[in-house]
Amino acid sequence: MPKRPFKTVISAIAALLMSATAVTALAADLTVSAAASLTNAFKDIAQIYEASHPGTKVQLNFGASGALLQQMAKGAPVDVFASADQETMDRAQKEGLVKAADRKDFLRNKLVLIVPADAKIIPARLDDLTQAGITRVAIANPASVPVGRYSQTALEAAKLWTAVQAKAINTQNVRQSLDYVARGEVDAGFVYATDATDATIMKDKVKVAFEVPLDTVILYPIAKTATSPHAAEATSFINYLSTPAAQDILGKYGFAKP
Amino acid sequence: MDVAWSALSLSLQVAGWATALNLVFGIGVGYLLARNRFPGRDLLDTLLTLPMVMPPTVLGYYLLVLLGRNGWIGKWLQDSFGINLIFTLKGAVIAATIVAFPLVFKPARAAFEAVDSQLEEAGRVLGISEIGIFLRITLPMAWRGILAGVLLAFARALGEFGATLMVAGSIPGKTQTLSIAVYEAVQAGQDAVANTLVLITSVVCVVVLLGAGRLAPGRVAHRN
Repeated sequence: MPKRPFKTVISAIAALLMSATAVTALAADLTVSAAASLTNAFKDIAQIYEASHPGTKVQLNFGASGALLQQMAKGAPVDVFASADQETMDRAQKEGLVKAADRKDFLRNKLVLIVPADAKIIPARLDDLTQAGITRVAIANPASVPVGRYSQTALEAAKLWTAVQAKAINTQNVRQSLDYVARGEVDAGFVYATDATDATIMKDKVKVAFEVPLDTVILYPIAKTATSPHAAEATSFINYLSTPAAQDILGKYGFAKP
Repeated sequence: MDVAWSALSLSLQVAGWATALNLVFGIGVGYLLARNRFPGRDLLDTLLTLPMVMPPTVLGYYLLVLLGRNGWIGKWLQDSFGINLIFTLKGAVIAATIVAFPLVFKPARAAFEAVDSQLEEAGRVLGISEIGIFLRITLPMAWRGILAGVLLAFARALGEFGATLMVAGSIPGKTQTLSIAVYEAVQAGQDAVANTLVLITSVVCVVVLLGAGRLAPGRVAHRN
């Protein structure tokens, strides 16, 4: 063996590759692209779904809804798409990625402003963000992230967008905003109520300053994709979200029914 | 195309500063490691090479934890000098400098080791001071090897993404460099912007690599 290190390496790599393909070929893989705010809830749901549906493997892909849309538009093989806003799903529908008949609203959420748990300044309303003591505010990038668009809409309605934008730290998704607040790198951040109260991660690091008033309700749509080769499994997964078991988990993370 | 030009300008600033800093530190450390034997030299060499092998996100996390408002260094800098590095161009420069550092110090060390010590001896016999020997004999002889590394470091700093995004964020006109602007444009489905940015980046990288190729040590023999 030591005489042929090259051969050994090659056969090791070959063995690795073969075991990898063996695993992926084992079961029906259902790829679910879901908004970043659904991360922990969907991880839990996927686990119990797999337990009750042997033969189906749920692959979760989290990110900003806009980023997930772009992945699908460029050809990513996705079976189920859950977005954090209607606009992103509308765009997916317009591009033919999902069919109007397949989409339904399955969750409701709220927009909140959070501050680090040890923050000295706790804003009571949006106007307070213009105070000198607040130098950085985490806002997800409105171009690709729904929570960023909700934040922008709320700030524009309060005629504060320009003032707060100067303090804005653009983030890639809602979880990054949450992380920056939890680390105390920013003085405040716009996230969903479910992110702020997510007991598994950030409970003692952030606190909610106030709920941000919005004219529209934050409704999460979900749909199986038009090109999914696993249409039956995709529908089954979406229907599973309305079962008591899944609803319990979603409720535990603070999501409300639409 | 305001986004593109401000991103290009920021990228060039970051890469420029990172290169300048690495020129000083890379040559210094390269020379130190080439000419001195001390316990832990190999370990130091390994640690300093780490940024080249480690995923930039790991480095970004280290920097965020160390330099952040609640980090050891970050808190001290903030309390003592009022300096804040996270979400600033300075933070981006630090990330890029560290990532590109091995690309300068490794070739510099090799170049210094390749310098014929007899020539330095001759200088000493002729009564040139140690600084004079370094500046007039050692450095000029090692220069080409160092310069090739410096150009690669410039290219690497120009393309830095992971660590920079974590430490400096993505603030348009402030810390949004070319590579981050490309990412943002693709995420948002702005293909036209992405195309322009990608084209600019490619052109700059080709120019840098052509320059590095011209200065590669192998060329010395074929000169003239």
